[in-house]
Amino acid sequence: MGKKYKKVVVLPCSGIGKVYGALARETAYELVEKVRPGLATLTCLPLLVINDPEAVALVTENPVITIDGCPKDCAKKSVEAVGGRVAKAYEAIRFYKEHKDLKPEGIAEVNDTGRQLAQVAAAEIAPEVDKLAAGEEQ
Amino acid sequence: MDIQVQKVGIVSCSGEEIPEGTLCRLACRQALDERPGETVTICLPLFIAGGEEERTFAQNYPTITVDGCDKMCAAKATEMLSGKPSKSLSIPEILKKHGLTPPTKLRHFGPEEDAAVKAVAAEIAQAVDKVLEEA
Ligand code: SF4
Repeated sequence: MGKKYKKVVVLPCSGIGKVYGALARETAYELVEKVRPGLATLTCLPLLVINDPEAVALVTENPVITIDGCPKDCAKKSVEAVGGRVAKAYEAIRFYKEHKDLKPEGIAEVNDTGRQLAQVAAAEIAPEVDKLAAGEEQ
Repeated sequence: MDIQVQKVGIVSCSGEEIPEGTLCRLACRQALDERPGETVTICLPLFIAGGEEERTFAQNYPTITVDGCDKMCAAKATEMLSGKPSKSLSIPEILKKHGLTPPTKLRHFGPEEDAAVKAVAAEIAQAVDKVLEEA
């Protein structure tokens, strides 16, 4: 058993052009606001792009889960670029592939079906958040 | 003679941590959707995660950045990694100018946030017009 953490960072990509970017964002909000409030936390991904010291400290001192909207993996690569280690990396499309009855739509924000899929995704990610907080490294 | 229709780049900070980041994202998306022939965008983290093609974005398009707070991530990242933006817009300044209160939630914007989204999208559209005039 490794070091215990009070925070697990959940970082979606800041994708603005694709439905799975919007799904990644909604899933992160679901985790932070509803499923693991107080434990799951997020920061603005662009703060890592400009090397903001507080944001860099957050992702280098706590376990990080990334959720990306496409194979460019912006969230994962941005964490790695500032020296953080990504404990678990998800691509949002995987949740749709596993739940084909919930097809998300919408680019700015996902529709109701997308919100349902985000709830399912957040419930699936939650045990990983718990494991990382308890120091059970991936 | 070829007539070149120049496109304007819009870079949204889309900050995840504060409601103004979501406002930024929604307003930029609205501006992009209303001017599909004249605007183009890029996901901001691609300046780091992408390749040469993404990093030349602001050299290929006169670019307007839109930021949710005074950290000005989009303006700084664009200048540092791609090229100097033609215009930098700030959500707090736009809200102040229009006498609008900042949004209070991170997601699921509705009628209460509509005025703010429209005001920011309209400011972006005006900035697009100015940049196109100057081009
Ligand atoms: S400008 Fe502010 S709201 Fe936008 S990404 Fe940076 S810190 Fe977040």
